[in-house]
This record gives sequence, structure tokens and C-alpha cells, in this order.
Amino acid sequence: MSTHVQRDPAAPLFAIVHAGQPGDLPSTPKHVPHRGGAANPSVEALRARFGAAILRHEVLWGDTTVFVDRTKVGEVCAWLQSDATQSYEYLSDVTAVEYRDHVRPIEVVWHIRSIRFRRFLRLKAEIPKDGKTPLEVPSVWPVWKGADWLERECYDMFGIRFVGHPDLRRILLWEQYKEGFPLRKDFPMRGRFSRSEQLKNALAADPEARYSIEEIGVADAYGDLPVDIRKRLAGGEKVGE
Amino acid sequence: MTATRTIEVALSTTGIGSDGRPQRTLLGADGLMTAPPGMEPELAGENMLINIGPQHPATHGVLRLVLELDGETVVRCIPHVGYLHCGFEKIGEYRQYNQIIPWTDREDYLNSMGNNVSFVLGAERLFGIDITPRCTVLRVIAMELSRIISHLVWMGTTCIDIGAFTPFLWSFQERENVYKLLEGWTGARLTTTGTRVGGMIADVPEGWTEGLRGFLDRFPKTLDECDRMLTRNAIWVGRTVGLGVMTPNEALNYGLSGPLLRASGVDYDVRKDFPYLDYETYDFEVPVGTNGDVYDRYLVRIEELRQSVRILEQALKRLPDGPVNVDDPRLILPPKHKATSEMESMIHHFKLVMEGPRPPIGEVYVPTESPKGEKGYYFVSDGTSKPVRWRIRPPSYVNLSAISKMAEGHLLSDVIAINASIDIVMGEIDR
Repeated sequence: MSTHVQRDPAAPLFAIVHAGQPGDLPSTPKHVPHRGGAANPSVEALRARFGAAILRHEVLWGDTTVFVDRTKVGEVCAWLQSDATQSYEYLSDVTAVEYRDHVRPIEVVWHIRSIRFRRFLRLKAEIPKDGKTPLEVPSVWPVWKGADWLERECYDMFGIRFVGHPDLRRILLWEQYKEGFPLRKDFPMRGRFSRSEQLKNALAADPEARYSIEEIGVADAYGDLPVDIRKRLAGGEKVGE
Repeated sequence: MTATRTIEVALSTTGIGSDGRPQRTLLGADGLMTAPPGMEPELAGENMLINIGPQHPATHGVLRLVLELDGETVVRCIPHVGYLHCGFEKIGEYRQYNQIIPWTDREDYLNSMGNNVSFVLGAERLFGIDITPRCTVLRVIAMELSRIISHLVWMGTTCIDIGAFTPFLWSFQERENVYKLLEGWTGARLTTTGTRVGGMIADVPEGWTEGLRGFLDRFPKTLDECDRMLTRNAIWVGRTVGLGVMTPNEALNYGLSGPLLRASGVDYDVRKDFPYLDYETYDFEVPVGTNGDVYDRYLVRIEELRQSVRILEQALKRLPDGPVNVDDPRLILPPKHKATSEMESMIHHFKLVMEGPRPPIGEVYVPTESPKGEKGYYFVSDGTSKPVRWRIRPPSYVNLSAISKMAEGHLLSDVIAINASIDIVMGEIDR
């Protein structure tokens, strides 16, 4: 247990190597411009390394956003995390944005952070809403384990599949939820079903039967489940689509 | 990781003795708790599934844990969340920025004032405005008071979980004192809604700073008492040391933040590394643990309480005079007496309330250090008065996702202590 104000520069693993004078601690940003300003130096490094996979970048309110080819997200993240000159060891958030515009693509957003260099980077991958492109991006779970629940929530709310995630199922909503994906713009705020139908579904639900398939496997509790759930699980039905 | 226990006695029935009574032998004389071979062979290798929650006092809300047990040892821990899901983020897409602030009270309801401040910090970056010096200091006071409340509730409830009742009463009494202060300022204890984009709901009332002064004089004494009661307490130490250990690399990789990350030895505090509200000008220290277990998380939190008192004292000293709200008619309502007497002010008031302020097109993610960890609000604006996307980065959601990793291999009763050490608030996790 130790307390200290200044970072110890000799500490090998998580010392803060701030790009500036020693003791040059960061300060509260003031008068941040809407657009423009210095981009995160990782952008240049990314372009040098991945070339065409880095589509474009912009600096908005002081933060740098990099648009990445959606098939290359896994490699880009793995490199950003493991490369000693980048060292993005912390995943803040995974989420998605759907615009009110019908044509504008859905964006999957990763907020990542280098604690060592005190850098913040926003990665984005666009998925066109043409009805043909599958809502799929690579999972970054192999890179950051913290992505587990964040990606599950993103799937739960937007229906975006994270390829390579070990256990991609609904998390905040229940597995039998059939109304769709609530944060999509075509989902009405009150839900797809009528109030009476929602109430009927809620009353018919057996909360004790909320064991996942995985848990049933470990427990041999399959026999204890209600008949309809057993039938559904045996048939391999996909729910919530 | 094995825990150091103060009392380790285990009895085992080995059969019926000649007197017809169950014969018991003392196990664990050599420190091992293994049953003699051949005892109850039908139980060997069969794991039991046990369900805790969603309505259980030790899960701090509607968390449900499904545990696979081998005897009393946890083989697997599967958490289930979502029982409190209300769709805050969806609702926010139908609300103006100021109208979303009440929802931020209700997610992490132990840190409501802190959430209000975090929210408007993000919204103000999106609007491109800088707040007044008095407002900056008042917000620091609001955030640190919330931190004190949250850590006190954490300490109290964790003590109850582990079996100590007295510190619970002490910490809840002090928490009530903070709530009295917040009530005097905002009119509400928990659901404060204390901020507005561009300022605060109100300046602090007359005599409020003296009340805070009095609290800061009394509070460290209570803290010392709790410290004396717990830090070297054999039962407390025995029930917390060596539990739920996360190494620095694991803690970072699992996305832990706040006291959990710092207890693991990673020196990361948003207030220091990505400062906001001029935190870099305050003299305070960031406690960092070494072992990453439940005990270190306790030490980190109790030290953070002391540091919060330090910050509050400095904030009180430097609290400048001046306006609280920015002078920007795009955001701030005209004074009430003008709105009811002058036509221009009335129209201004009407337009602001009905249409709402419009930020320029853009997006921001502003992280702050909430008591639970890195709490960030992500806004995407398309130039209308309602956000296209409003996202909460919930620290205890990400922290809780590591409970499977932390609980593995520990005893069932230790899962309660580990769960308590994460400091979850289900309102924030389920949103």
C-alpha cells in the first residue's frame, strides 16, 4: 500500500511516459475547438502499418476518431494493444451508433485508452444499412477480456454480431426476448408489442427457467425445465432475432 | 490463492462409534481440509448448482449469481444481470439534454450528484462552452461529496456482509450528514438533479459552506474509528486477505477501473491522468494497492475517503465569488421575474423550454472518475436538440463482468465478500 502524487518514472510496467517534459502533468482541457487541433500520433502509426485499412480520421472536440475497415478491426486492435509504441492496454467502451438518417451506416465504436502514454482514441467501423451486409464485426475479446459484456450488450441492443466472441447472447434482456433490438431506430420507444401482449408474455415467463444452455450443461438441470423450454432448446431454436 | 484464516476448525463425521453416537475427528491440524479417502464416495466429482438472488440481501440489488460448487468451492460463477433494465439510453434519445439529467440520478443512485456533473461535463464539451470558476469549484465539491457517500455505503454494506455491524451504523450516520447537505443545496437527498448544462440548479444557500466545514471537521474522526475497527481486525483481515486477486495485467485486460484497478497496483485515476474540473490544481494523492485482493480494495477506498476530505477542504478555501451559470442565452433560462414581466424574456424562456438548446453536429466522450471507476458519457449529436445516441459507460458493469474470474476457486462465503468488494450498483449495471 503506497500513496504518491508524482508517478515513479522508474516503475517498469505501468509507468506513465508522458510525451513532454518530465513532470509535465496533463491539465483540464479548456476552449476545446469543435474541429481541428492536433490528431493523436497513433493515427500516423496506424496508417504506416495498415495503409488502406485505415479509411479516414477526424479530430472532433479534441478527440481523434479513426475509421477502420470493419474486417480489419481485430488486427488493428491487437496491434494497438501489444505494440510498445502504442500500448493501448485499456478498453473503455464498445458501443454502436445508428443515426436517424435512413442511409447513413451504423457505426460500431470502440473507445480505447493508453494509460502509459495518456492517449485516447476512438475507433469506428461502418456497416452499411443496405439490408445485404450482415451486421458483423470482429470481436476484440481476444485482445481485451473486458470486451465480453460490452459486446454482449451491444449485440443485445443493436443486434450486431461480434465474430469470435465466445458467448454472444443477450445480457440485459432475457434470452427469450422476441421484440428485436431496442436501440435500433426502427424500434419504437414503447416496444414492438402492445402493452397487453407484453404483460401476457411477462406473466407467462417462468423466471426460474432462466438458466442458459451452458448452465444446463453443467447442472444436468435440463430435466427440471418446463416442457416448452426443453422443446425449444432441443430444437436449437434461435431466439431474439 | 489461499487465504490466511484466523480460525480454521473443521469437524468431519467418520462413522458411528461404539457408543452409538456419530464419531467426529478434527480435520485440518496440518492446515489441510481434505476429507479422508473413501468418505462419502457417492458425492465425489458431482458438482452442485446453486442460485443466489436476484433477491438476496448480499447481492446488493437484483444481481443473480449461478454458482457451480464442488463441495463448498466455487468451480464456476455465472452472473446474470438485467432485472432492473429500464432503457435509459433509449429514453435519452427522446429527451433534450437538460431533461436527461434526472435519469443520471437514477442509474448510480449512490453517486447521483457525481453523475449529474459527469453528464453535464460531456454535454458542455458538446456545446463548446466553458463554465464559470465558481461553478467549477462547486462541482468538485458535489463530486467529492458523492464519492464520500458512495464509499461510506460500500463500507457499511460490506461490513454487514462480512458480519460487522458497528461500522455500518457509523458510516450510515455520516452518510446521512452528507445527504442533509445535499438536501439543503438541491432539495433532494438521492435524486438531486443538481446540475444544468452551463451551470448548477442553484448556488449553495446561505450558511451551507459552514455546514460543510462542520462535516469536514467531524468526519475524519468517524473515519479513524472505522479504520481502527477494521484495518487490524483479525476477522476482517481473515475474511478479506487473498480473496479475488487480480494481477495488474489481468485487471487492465478485464477493463476494471476505479478502486479495483488501483488495488491491483495500476496507478490510474481519471482525475490525474485525464483531468477535468481543474483537478490537477488540487493537492491529493492516489492510493495504490499491491495485492489486488479484497483487503487492498478496502484500504484503497478508505484512503480515498481521506483524500476526498483533503480535496473538499481545498475547494472550500478557494471557492470564488461570482455567477454560477454561464452567461449564454442559448442555454440558460432568463430570471423568473423577468420571464413573467418582459415579453422578450418570456419568448426566450418559452423557446428554450419547448425547443431546447441545440449543440453543433459532433460527438464527445468525456470520462470522469466516479466512486466505482471510469464513468464516461458518450454523446452523438446531429444538430437537433435531442441526442442521436446517449451512452453511459458503466464502471460497475465492466467491473462485475470479472466476478467469474475473481470468484473461481474460492469458498461460497467468500463469493459474498468478493461481490461486495466490487461495489456494484444494479441501477447503473442494468440502466
